[in-house]
Amino acid sequence: MKSKIAKISIAAIAALSLSASVASADTLSDTLSQGYLKCGINSGLPGFASADSQGHWSGIDISVCRAVAAAVLGDKTKVKFTSLNAKERFTALQSGEIDLLSRNTTWTETRDSSLGLNFAGVNFYDGQGFLVHKSLGVKNAKELDGAAVCVQSGTTTELNLADYFRKNGMKYKLVAYDSNDQVLKGFETGRCDVITSDSSQLYSLRIKLKNPAGSMVLPNIISKEPLGPVVRQGDDKWFNIVKWSYAAMVAAEEAGITSKNVDSMLKSNNPTVKRILGVEGKLGENLGIRKDFAYQIIKQVGNYGEVFERTVGMGSPLKIKRGLNALWTKGGLQYSPPFR
Amino acid sequence: MFALLRDRKVRGILFQLLTVIGLVAFLWYIGTNTVHNIEQRGIRTGFGFLTGTSGFAINDSPIAYNETYTYWRVFFVGLLNTIIISVIVIFLSSILGLIVGVLRLSNNWLVAKLSSAYIDIFRNIPILLQILFWYNVVLATLPSPRKSIEFFGSIFLNNRGIYVPKPDMNSTTIGVMVSVVFVFVFAFFLNKWANKKHEETGAEFPVLYTGLGLLVVVPIIAYFIFGANFNFSYPHLRGFNFTGGKTFYPEFLALTFALTIYTATFIAEAVRSGIEAVNKGQKEAAASIGLSGYQALKLVVLPQAIRIAIPPTINQYLNIVKNSSLATAIGYPELVTVFAGTTLNQVGQAIEIISMTMLVYLVISLAVSAILNWINFKMKIKER
Repeated sequence: MKSKIAKISIAAIAALSLSASVASADTLSDTLSQGYLKCGINSGLPGFASADSQGHWSGIDISVCRAVAAAVLGDKTKVKFTSLNAKERFTALQSGEIDLLSRNTTWTETRDSSLGLNFAGVNFYDGQGFLVHKSLGVKNAKELDGAAVCVQSGTTTELNLADYFRKNGMKYKLVAYDSNDQVLKGFETGRCDVITSDSSQLYSLRIKLKNPAGSMVLPNIISKEPLGPVVRQGDDKWFNIVKWSYAAMVAAEEAGITSKNVDSMLKSNNPTVKRILGVEGKLGENLGIRKDFAYQIIKQVGNYGEVFERTVGMGSPLKIKRGLNALWTKGGLQYSPPFR
Repeated sequence: MFALLRDRKVRGILFQLLTVIGLVAFLWYIGTNTVHNIEQRGIRTGFGFLTGTSGFAINDSPIAYNETYTYWRVFFVGLLNTIIISVIVIFLSSILGLIVGVLRLSNNWLVAKLSSAYIDIFRNIPILLQILFWYNVVLATLPSPRKSIEFFGSIFLNNRGIYVPKPDMNSTTIGVMVSVVFVFVFAFFLNKWANKKHEETGAEFPVLYTGLGLLVVVPIIAYFIFGANFNFSYPHLRGFNFTGGKTFYPEFLALTFALTIYTATFIAEAVRSGIEAVNKGQKEAAASIGLSGYQALKLVVLPQAIRIAIPPTINQYLNIVKNSSLATAIGYPELVTVFAGTTLNQVGQAIEIISMTMLVYLVISLAVSAILNWINFKMKIKER
């Protein structure tokens, strides 16, 4: 009897110490050993993350997941996507259910400092706007006094909305739902007069409406919404990998490397191109991943400009202009730190 | 040592002690491990966030609230909305359930079949689906504010809710409200007195009619005593929406309808089982002493049936409180929606917020069952 108890307690202690080691794991080796990247995404936002009829995900946020998978595992398809709503996303990342959150998430001070998160860059510079029914006859957000406004709850959007109406001394009726689908439904059935969200989202919500032509996006932009990929705090190695995977896409566009010419670029004499593609130097190895990580990203996913045009830009139904998301050399804000 | 272990009593205590120690050690390990990991990941901990400014609006608040209030206030707004919806649904579903439960046993074929069809249909459709049905199908098809359905020029019905006139809180309004409460209190004691008199002398006193009469007369007298000055704020269309008056939002209405109709089916079944459990001999005895069908039901059957129906009904009341959290699907701002939802996402402290929310449901549920257990105890047949 005594020995049985001893056995049980040894087993228990072993199990406990095992679970303790899981809690302090390093994300890179976990990802390598499981063979796929665990990426948290939006459950459905055309241009950012949406699935086609065969269940293939695409979108600008999806591309970040794919880029990291290509960099770490050498294969952009080795991603396990987890659809999350606005409420679930941070908990999923904190608890380790996902290792990378790429879900149109605004970078704010509170989120960066008190949620145990790190923002690894900005893959889309956005701003909050309003979508209204044309029949309302409203041309400017300042005319929205007294309107019922649909919004996704628990977002920075909800806070900016309150600030904007308070600042302008206007009143509004809040209608907050926890999913974008319900927001859309509320707008279509007339529960609210206006949807407010990041303006990129408004365009993608608009094309989901039964009659997109009956609604319009107002010209007002009321906030700054830098959206970017997020990782857990406390694993700097992983943070660096995600940060530089994204930077590689921007650097490739800066250097004129595309998915089409990347193979010929391997023979380029330009030292910048050589360093980016891993022909020269040990940039990838310094990160703890493959030497040609940027080559893999560009080859399999494309550079930032290609991804932008394909997912949200002129090559997509959304037709969003580059604007703030153009390269810094073309009057935008997209800028990669130097690869050296 | 081994001799001691062979003693059944000592061994029993020993193993119980080991189990307790093991359990405490396990919980302690989980607790410290969680705290350690949270600190390591740089996530803020503690309840300090409650005094921070929320920064977001809530559409339906029973107490003063706007975006400059604290998260603590958000918690109370959510809690009050949970309590309000639960109390209203408990009240409505009890009445509907009692009526349907009795009607199901009616001798009238049509009435009985209709009641049982209602029960079978609404009991077997998931409650979330019913909430979404009322919200997205029924209430959403109402006309827009500018084309509202109008009653008496002062009540408006549209896809943004029902708008009714609201009396200003002046001395007349308060006076009349107090008088109504007074009538109910008086009726309670009148009923007690009448029962006692009935038991002692056999004389009947019409408590119901007296009560209803007082309910009409007393408030009218109060109205004139307290200045005869009712002042209503009427809803009127201004810009996009109606302002003024009292608004019942579609989220509130959909939740109330769905929960009431759903829960009433279970209460009706509890009532029916209670009635059917009353011995047939009781009804026959009631008939043989000349009681009418209604009298037999009211005086003989129901008092016994209700005793049997109370425990399953308690379960349904608890379910109402818990099911009210499904409101999060349609955005009615009860506790789970505004606190465990919006606040959690703004603050990010899942452990604190979820434990507070769970604690609230635990306390509410324990309180409801304590109250009803007490009622159950009071109504039990006193065996002598």
